[in-house]
Amino acid sequence: MQEYPNLKYIKELSGDDAAFEQKFITILKEEFPLEREAYHDHIEKNDFQMAAEIVHKLKHKFNILSLSNAYKLAVVYEEELRAGNTDRDDNLRTILNQIKDYLNTL
Amino acid sequence: MNCIIIDDEATARAIVSQLCSNVPDLDVIEEFDNAIDAIKFLNQQEIDVVFLDIHMPGFSGVDFVQTLKNPPKIVMTTSDTEFAIAAYEYEAIVDYLVKPITSERFEKCLQKIKNSLTQRPRTKTGEVSSSGANEDLYINIDRRLIKLKLNEIMVVEAKGDYIVIKTEKEDYRVHTTLKKIKEKLPEKLFLQIHRSYIINFTKIIDIEDNSVLIEKNVIPISRSNRPELMRRLNLL
Repeated sequence: MQEYPNLKYIKELSGDDAAFEQKFITILKEEFPLEREAYHDHIEKNDFQMAAEIVHKLKHKFNILSLSNAYKLAVVYEEELRAGNTDRDDNLRTILNQIKDYLNTL
Repeated sequence: MNCIIIDDEATARAIVSQLCSNVPDLDVIEEFDNAIDAIKFLNQQEIDVVFLDIHMPGFSGVDFVQTLKNPPKIVMTTSDTEFAIAAYEYEAIVDYLVKPITSERFEKCLQKIKNSLTQRPRTKTGEVSSSGANEDLYINIDRRLIKLKLNEIMVVEAKGDYIVIKTEKEDYRVHTTLKKIKEKLPEKLFLQIHRSYIINFTKIIDIEDNSVLIEKNVIPISRSNRPELMRRLNLL
């Protein structure tokens, strides 16, 4: 089933604290593009260990955005990258693009 | 209580910080994106609790725990559930939070921290406090933490790189040293009577010249340890 990013977790965490919600979105909008870019760079340079490190960080963001299928893919892909296997690169890029588009709407 | 947060992800730090802000008696003193800076900070300031990401490039959370001589209470945070067992091998670690952390889980964690901070302090030798007879010892076997009642342990025997813990119910083979387990056993109950044996002397059935009988185990007494054993016995 297709899943879509959302702020459910952040809203639960924020409660009535709108300032925190906004602050968190700002941090996410700053941090995510850097990690996405770093992933692309490491794959381009065939530095799969560093790419795996970035996927490790990204998978937490997938959870934050309620993307449980993406999280499961990232768990497997992180290990595959450590073994030099980039077969799931396209899948990950699709997820990253989906998040990028979503963050642009916030 | 005061705490610091160590995580290389800004989003993760923000989440823990927000969770802490909902707790009236918990102050976040500082946040760090790497463990090295946190160690420098801890060398200058006393902190009650550290929220620590286990997976950080360069210097990991586990490296951090191993580096500190007198670590504060540590709560591990991570996206990887498989690190949980390894994390609990360290005495300073009181809890293990899997990201993303929920408010409900964080509340349970706080309770664990508070319980841990109110426990009686251990002595420098790592001896368990005087209520030791009622306490437990956790051993790691095949990635499972098994709870042993201290007062059910009869004998601990060194065998090369392993020790064998003989209890009333079962024997357990653990990859550690006699010296390490000795630090975890209360002196009130346990005594090393030979370089390869620690005994629970409340389990002694009888003593001959150079050996002790505990259940069906005949344990040798070394000449150097014999005086201490005799001193501890309630001799008529």
